[in-house]
Amino acid sequence: MIEARITEKLNILADAAKYDVSCASSGSKRKNENKGLGNASNGICHSYTEDGRCVSLLKILLTNHCIFDCAYCVSRKTNDIKRAAFTVQEVVDLTINFYRRNYIEGLFLSSGIFKDADYTMERLVRIAKKLRTEHNFNGYIHLKSIPGASDELTREAGLYADRLSVNLEMPTEAGLKLLAPDKNRQDMIDPMAFLNKEIIQRTEEKKLFKKAPMFAPAGQSTQVIIGATPENDNQILQTANYFYKNFNLKRVYYSGYVPVLADKRLPALNTSVPMVRENRLYQADWLLRNYGFKVDEIVNNQQPLLDLDIDPKLGWAIRNMQAFPVDINKADLQMILRVPGIGVQSAQKIVRARKFAKLNWDQLKKIGVAINRAKYFIICKSNEFERRDLTGTNIKQFILAESKSKYLKDVTTQLSIF
Amino acid sequence: MTRLVYDGTFEGLLTAVYEIYERKLTTVKLEKGEYNINGLFENLIQVTTNEVRAIRVLNGLKQKLSPIGIQRLYIAHLAGIENDDDTIVSFIRYAFDYNRNIEDDYGNKHVLRISKVVGMMRREKHRMEAFVRFQKLKDKTYYAAIQPDFNVLPLLIKHFKNRYADQKWIIYDIKREYGLYYDLHDAEFISLEFSSVKGANNVMAAFSEDEEIYQHLWKNYFNSVNIPARKNTKLHLRHIPKRYWKHLTEKI
Ligand code: SF4
Repeated sequence: MIEARITEKLNILADAAKYDVSCASSGSKRKNENKGLGNASNGICHSYTEDGRCVSLLKILLTNHCIFDCAYCVSRKTNDIKRAAFTVQEVVDLTINFYRRNYIEGLFLSSGIFKDADYTMERLVRIAKKLRTEHNFNGYIHLKSIPGASDELTREAGLYADRLSVNLEMPTEAGLKLLAPDKNRQDMIDPMAFLNKEIIQRTEEKKLFKKAPMFAPAGQSTQVIIGATPENDNQILQTANYFYKNFNLKRVYYSGYVPVLADKRLPALNTSVPMVRENRLYQADWLLRNYGFKVDEIVNNQQPLLDLDIDPKLGWAIRNMQAFPVDINKADLQMILRVPGIGVQSAQKIVRARKFAKLNWDQLKKIGVAINRAKYFIICKSNEFERRDLTGTNIKQFILAESKSKYLKDVTTQLSIF
Repeated sequence: MTRLVYDGTFEGLLTAVYEIYERKLTTVKLEKGEYNINGLFENLIQVTTNEVRAIRVLNGLKQKLSPIGIQRLYIAHLAGIENDDDTIVSFIRYAFDYNRNIEDDYGNKHVLRISKVVGMMRREKHRMEAFVRFQKLKDKTYYAAIQPDFNVLPLLIKHFKNRYADQKWIIYDIKREYGLYYDLHDAEFISLEFSSVKGANNVMAAFSEDEEIYQHLWKNYFNSVNIPARKNTKLHLRHIPKRYWKHLTEKI
């Protein structure tokens, strides 16, 4: 009987939590020093859902009871669904037992708001505390900070959790007002600012005193839902960039809106999930964080939408043909990273290998460069390279003709007017 | 061409390198296994693994390569891919011949190949760190069976020992018929009787009472987190190739 009840709760509360797409369990450095259970460092995907997303954490809501009525959310109070709530002990047992079997890296706990923010937050914190102090659990814990919870509770959460997150939900304040009338943007920004200040201060302390406790070592992240409101990619990425810069966020997650509810403020129920667009946003985000691109180079007022048919790096390259061709044997790493078809690993290998001898096409290919894309943008130790004075548009056509894009069948150009 | 037959250990391979230099051999081919009588008329040397000689070669390598570079050779050898023993020997000879550290010379085909093989090993190691599924037995030991593409078990010790320090566990490679056992203090290699391996893997009687419950809960969880509207089978299969499914609780 008890088993059946837990199974039902798990089904309801995992189902309700799955629309939060963040799954990362990396970026922490919690070691197993107490001969306890687990550690948290690089993050492992233990499984993958049939839609290809990483399953790394036990991602559940403590409860899907909620006093709020956000239009895009299955748990909103006016939605007629089955409600459930875990006890503190149930969440602890599930986490420990899943972890011991190597199913998961840890726990990602979020919750609907029952009663009020503090009441909810207090329970989330209690679970994390119990795992850490009673079970010597050193695995990954990601807690959602409930907007409006007291600084005291948020601070306590930081002592037990590896990562904390407050979801912005909508890319702009106007979008939020429209779909989540109970929420206000400032209530989300306040805890982010508080956490940012706290993390900086604690990191300083930790530098001075090795024994100082860790505080949210994997930092904070946020999520924005895309496609539920009319913001364009420029607005979305500018927002992301602003939060990366000002709040030291570790990650911004983009969650393509899955139409689950009929509401005239929302896209119709049969609208497909904007998966290609979501993927392009992640690629753009990746360029910002790992390839040294500035946000304005990728999107701006003149260029507010990401191309759906080509990735943003190729997009940048064909708009900036004056920067090419790049000499693989001379150019610095930053420039090599900007060549379409060359990833971070290949770029690093190139820079190391060319110290021994100049590299030719064959070697570049073996190192892992996608020659069919890169060939329009580079020269190397060879007499054969692209000499035609091709325009960006030509190149795009050649590349598209050669590569069977995995998305080709669902590609449609983004509408400029929503 | 001279064929060198050695015992398949890394020490044996280093001893073979010693022989190559000692006898000033030029073109060589390494083979694992016993002396083969059919090779009577060929140039064939039986290498007897010799610790002193192996260490001499290793010390020589230490002058030429970084500790990581040497470890990579060990890992590449562990992979046990046919013909790659020759790649390792060529790599070592290239390292000795050159007056600077060559481990980043990816323009060289041997260096590049070693880096590929090490990459494959790393990937398999990561897969195992992800896909091991422990089942709790009556005596509270957590047991997992694996069938990795390559022999990565020795590379798993550190990860699992650090992570599961407070539970006893066994990870058993059924393909290569040996395993790792951690007894709360140390991890050691073991080999089980076939019947008991099968027993631990298949017979529910050996499970602890709550094992079935948690397997059931995990399967439920796995199904609940799927978003059918986003189904992408190709991506799914790229991440978890079918051959790994038989040991994944959520996929059985
Ligand atoms: S507050 Fe959270 S759980 Fe409640 S309706 Fe809004 S998004 Fe859903």
